Amino acid sequence: MTSATAISWFARHELRLAWREGLAMLTGGRRRRTRTAVIGILLFAAFLHLPAWAVIGRFAELRAPLDPPSLIIVTASIFLAWALILSQAIESVTRVFYARADLDLIMSSPTRLAEIFSVRLAAIALSVTTMALLFATPFVDVLVITGGARWLAAFGVVIAAGLSAAAIAIAITIMLFRLIGPARTRLMAQILAAIIGAGFVIALQIAAILSYGTLSRFAILTSDAATALAPDAASILWWPARAAIGDTTTLLPLLSASLLLLGGVMAIFSARFADTATTASAYAVARPRGSRTRAFRRGSRQQALRRKEFILLGRDPWLISQTLMQLFYLVPPALLLWRSFADSTAALVLVTPVIVMAAGQLAGGLAWLTISGEDAADLVASAPLSPSQVIRAKIEVVLITISVIFAPLLAALVLTEPWQAAITACGVIVAAGSATSIQLWFRVQASRRHFRRRQTSSRLATFAEAFCSIGWAATAVLALTVPVAAVICGLITAAIFAASWKLSPRRE
Amino acid sequence: MMSGAAALDVRGLTKRYDRPAVDALDLTVRAGEFYALVGPNGAGKTTTLRMVAGLLRPDAGSVSIFGIDALGASAAAKQVTAWVSDEPMIYDKLTPLEYLEFVAGLWGIAPSVAKASAHHLLTSLGLGPHLDQRCEGFSKGMRQKVALAGALVHDPRLIILDEPLTGLDAVSARHVKGLLGERVRNGDTVIMTTHILEVAERMADRIGVIAAGRLVAEGTLTELRQQNGRADQSLEELFIALVDVEAAAA
Repeated sequence: MTSATAISWFARHELRLAWREGLAMLTGGRRRRTRTAVIGILLFAAFLHLPAWAVIGRFAELRAPLDPPSLIIVTASIFLAWALILSQAIESVTRVFYARADLDLIMSSPTRLAEIFSVRLAAIALSVTTMALLFATPFVDVLVITGGARWLAAFGVVIAAGLSAAAIAIAITIMLFRLIGPARTRLMAQILAAIIGAGFVIALQIAAILSYGTLSRFAILTSDAATALAPDAASILWWPARAAIGDTTTLLPLLSASLLLLGGVMAIFSARFADTATTASAYAVARPRGSRTRAFRRGSRQQALRRKEFILLGRDPWLISQTLMQLFYLVPPALLLWRSFADSTAALVLVTPVIVMAAGQLAGGLAWLTISGEDAADLVASAPLSPSQVIRAKIEVVLITISVIFAPLLAALVLTEPWQAAITACGVIVAAGSATSIQLWFRVQASRRHFRRRQTSSRLATFAEAFCSIGWAATAVLALTVPVAAVICGLITAAIFAASWKLSPRRE
Repeated sequence: MMSGAAALDVRGLTKRYDRPAVDALDLTVRAGEFYALVGPNGAGKTTTLRMVAGLLRPDAGSVSIFGIDALGASAAAKQVTAWVSDEPMIYDKLTPLEYLEFVAGLWGIAPSVAKASAHHLLTSLGLGPHLDQRCEGFSKGMRQKVALAGALVHDPRLIILDEPLTGLDAVSARHVKGLLGERVRNGDTVIMTTHILEVAERMADRIGVIAAGRLVAEGTLTELRQQNGRADQSLEELFIALVDVEAAAA
């Protein structure tokens, strides 16, 4: 097989694997669901045009030359999207490194590994860029439909963003391997992905809170200070914004630069990919943990279960990164809360939905990990405990964890706005309870390693959990502002919750 | 070490999926006995043992473990039973000691007793140098040994093992067989499914041959030979003959 043939053959193989993995993510691994999944995606993509129109529709009439505030807002929005793509790319690259799968087969074959692995790096870049294009399409569609065909150039900006994000993600991950080793890289990469994904928005919010006492990031972007600090209109910093509105003289260099960046990263790192991936997949966790001399702890059978769950949650890299991200998102409202000690502001009410929503989302993830993600299900089932005792212990773990995370925020809120604290606490309890119940009703036996696929095992549960979290967050904030509307919103959310119970396979 | 009393008494045990997986099975295993259950793939061995261990609800029939109704008083029956499957049921993020501490906690074993037992079991299975390492880096054999130690840490009287030697190297398999033999000598009862007929031939007091969800032959190796009318046959030859007859009858 010639070098070119081998590369093209391996590229086809990688594309087929990527396609099937993507399909499995969408269908929960059930082949019969493919058509339903495709129809669902198309409907969802069509639906996404509505929020896209609400978010981005007002920018459709923007034309060159852009004024400084418009340049800042468009550039910041593109940078935000790029940060999210980079976050996703780091996650993808880490996953590829730690998925052993075919590594032994490839490395034992008589092929040139640098070429083969450069294809794999290109496949990562392609999948990251494709995902970015999929998510960007509704937004660009809205701009094209309402603002004209010149906005089609925005697709080029998305491609450039995807390629450059993939290149940087590959470089970051391999450098993390070199710096801190494979054992810590997985956790660090996930934390880094979470921080990068959320960091830009949160930094803007923090700046806005400190400067203007509001959670709106636009307050800082449209301020005179930002305009004064911005470079002149010819700066390279504005190229992405100019390219997005149809300036081909900036779009082509952007695309070329991102391709060059990716090519450079592939040239530098493809030869090292094999070493890195082998080390990642084969690393033995040889470092001693705990102590042999520590006595076994006393307690009931349920306490043994709870203790095990707490240990596993504490050692779960996904959970740590997700919890950090949730806590990270809570920084701006916490800051707003802190500021309001001195200066009471109406914006403080925004703290409530953020906390309630975060509690619901985190409880859903925790509940999946503890209830469905039981790696030794047979062991627990063969133990002398009733199923209800097992479930109760696991639910307690979820609720205790949620309480520990959110109690400090609620305590701070009590000191400033006791009534709001009471409403928020109720919201946290109801949202966490709803998410946990939904995970309980829709539980399926799975390995914790498959957490990423939890949302595909039951789309109904995913939507019910998301809508309930959003619904309870809205109910809580409306209870503080428009109580009558809160009743209606609460009833709708309760109806969604009840419907999910009715449709669930396990009504207990 | 057999006492003659029944460690396990199964009557009319039935489980159907799209076809009968276990078909009105009767099975008695005496206390202190090493009982090997052999049969072709899909014969119903694992389904039978999962129902005995309380992991699967039978459609019909009864299961009695040391006189305890395992379907009615499942917690009491589980207290004296251990289950080990061919896929090790352990947690990647726990160390072997933490895993055994958890299992001992589930079975309500006193911590001091459990800790001493855990050290003894893990060390005797060759896991002494790995007591405080997380299981995520362990090989299949090491994971299987951790699972086996977990099953034994609560000192069960009835040990049920489903293909426990799958994936083990010769040394590990010898460790496991030695440990099981020691348990039987101490009066515990072992029921094991295996495809390695030499193991069944060498270790088991009695052998049950299961096909299509029914017990088609049972007894010591000598009794099985007598039943089949060939005094010089190996268990492998007997097994093939019995299973062929059953397949032809089906």
